[in-house]
Amino acid sequence: MNLRSELGESARIAVAAIRANKLRSGLTTLGVVIGILTATLVGTMINGMGEAFTRSVSSMGSDVLFIGRFPWMSFEDYRIYRNRRDITFAQYRELESRMTTAAAIAPQCEIHQSSVTYERRRAKGVWLLGNTPESLIIRGLTVAQGRWISASDVSSGRPVCVLGSYLAESFFPNDNPVGKKVRINDTPYEVVGVLDKMGSMLGWNQDNQAVIPISRFQDDIQRRPDYVITVKALSPETVSETLEEARSLFRSIRKIEPGRPDDFAINQQEAITKFFDGFKAVLGSFGFFVTGLSLFVGGIGIMNILFVSVTERTKEIGIRKALGAKRRSILTQFLMEAAGITLLAGLIGVGIAWPISWKIGEIARANGSVFEARMSWWIVALALFVSAATGMVAGFIPAWRASRMNPVDALRSE
Amino acid sequence: MSLIRIQNLARRYVMGTETVHALRGVSVQIERGEYLAIMGPSGSGKSTLMNLLGCLDTPSEGSYELNGKDVARMSDNELADIRNREIGFVFQSFNLLARADALHNVELPLVYAGVPPKERRERARQTLVNVGLGERMHHRPNELSGGQRQRVAIARALVNSPSIILADEPTGNLDSKTGVEILSLFEELSRRGNTIIVVTHEEEVALHARRVIRIRDGLIAADETNPHPRAVVASVSAP
Repeated sequence: MNLRSELGESARIAVAAIRANKLRSGLTTLGVVIGILTATLVGTMINGMGEAFTRSVSSMGSDVLFIGRFPWMSFEDYRIYRNRRDITFAQYRELESRMTTAAAIAPQCEIHQSSVTYERRRAKGVWLLGNTPESLIIRGLTVAQGRWISASDVSSGRPVCVLGSYLAESFFPNDNPVGKKVRINDTPYEVVGVLDKMGSMLGWNQDNQAVIPISRFQDDIQRRPDYVITVKALSPETVSETLEEARSLFRSIRKIEPGRPDDFAINQQEAITKFFDGFKAVLGSFGFFVTGLSLFVGGIGIMNILFVSVTERTKEIGIRKALGAKRRSILTQFLMEAAGITLLAGLIGVGIAWPISWKIGEIARANGSVFEARMSWWIVALALFVSAATGMVAGFIPAWRASRMNPVDALRSE
Repeated sequence: MSLIRIQNLARRYVMGTETVHALRGVSVQIERGEYLAIMGPSGSGKSTLMNLLGCLDTPSEGSYELNGKDVARMSDNELADIRNREIGFVFQSFNLLARADALHNVELPLVYAGVPPKERRERARQTLVNVGLGERMHHRPNELSGGQRQRVAIARALVNSPSIILADEPTGNLDSKTGVEILSLFEELSRRGNTIIVVTHEEEVALHARRVIRIRDGLIAADETNPHPRAVVASVSAP
């Protein structure tokens, strides 16, 4: 028995049946369309968020520790941390001299929402950092043009700065930024370098940053800033050792008595990863729930319409059986019809989701790129597979019933 | 060896609390190449006999050997195979698929026989030409006259070269002139060696067969040979 010729016949019947009942088939697809639409959009969002996130977070490096007053991604009472003692430059010095398991250590200070101007152009909400030469490796940055902050920049307090790519582009869309003078908090700085594009995550545009020597930061921005000490471990495998060493050293530097809790936090990229994983899980399960519900409702619709289709075509089933169609042939025929309808629904859903996700991506980019909505081929493939599978599952009972019909009774029906 | 050997064939239906004895024990032998009519008033059991002969139904009792195979105890799927290979049905109401053209309707048995597309199209085309519908292959049933529809149905019955052509009131839905045309087609097929069983209640139709079996109350009332089967050719030849 040639399965292929039977499948071909089944596909032919399915297409004919769907075309003969365009309105009915169209209405039936609605539930599945909504389900697939939700699934693809949520999937695309999670995917896009994941990509933007991975790109920006991975630049931080999994082997880097950030010692500061505040733990990341913690939603406990902010005041607990605010009242902690500042981390001072002297503490950094001492840690730097005593650490043995660190590849590099650098102090860092930063303020958000600073303003930078170039001639009449003004950039707001700039992330301003005070860095040292080591910060380049520790932060995992790469320079696109010019150079990074040098040791002599720091020691002599030279007014130079390195700009993030977004900032550089908005000031110098056509010119080479290197050598130009910008004003940071009304102090003139010479641009010596531009960073590579890093992307953004959840509204925080990492490319909207400016970096100055840490000595200038202390002079121009904050006299006694709250430092974050950045530590790069010898290798990603030995991060935990480095973390333990840093923790015990820093406790002794901060003179914390044994038994008392730390009054500082050692942060890792992991904290952000975990937070985002949680966020994605919530979004994912919401999407899953909505998808599941609409596919269920859509599936019931398909089942219903297939019962109608089977009843309408009882005679045809009888004829086919008389001509030698086996149970399997009839079963395949109606399963194909169901899968055909839902596959159509899947295509419609994906077809609607495509421009939407494209539009979201466009809006995101226009707003400094919240995340990149990207509909990858596997989401499309999965969505189409799920929709066809929904049809098969929903259509099974009607198709089964059709396949078990007694040919004599089926032929007699009108 | 007989093509069909039926012994004590019985079929009962349970309708609610009542049991209907549609067939009460029928024994018949039919040879290859016979042209046979099964006659009887409605309710006589002739349709039940036809369903059993056509392997659309299975008997409650008795044995049925078709072409040497015992088909009385076969499974659904095995019966589907037998119907596909051994039997060509011609129905009173044609039973063509409305959405398919003539060619595709004729192709159907070959689809279920697993014949590759190219070959089955060629065979279907040839069979349609043989029944005189070479010009109407891509017409749908509703674009064909009753006689043409029945020809399509006959082509469909013939296309897989079955052992038996089983026709159930084949002229019942046709005017008498067209009915005669169809009967002459049967005669022609019979002359070429096909086995034809026609189930009918019309004496006119039965007279063309060479053997007539009369059923009454689920039993064979008579099994007679028709020494002078009426030839249709003469009546058609008149302009």
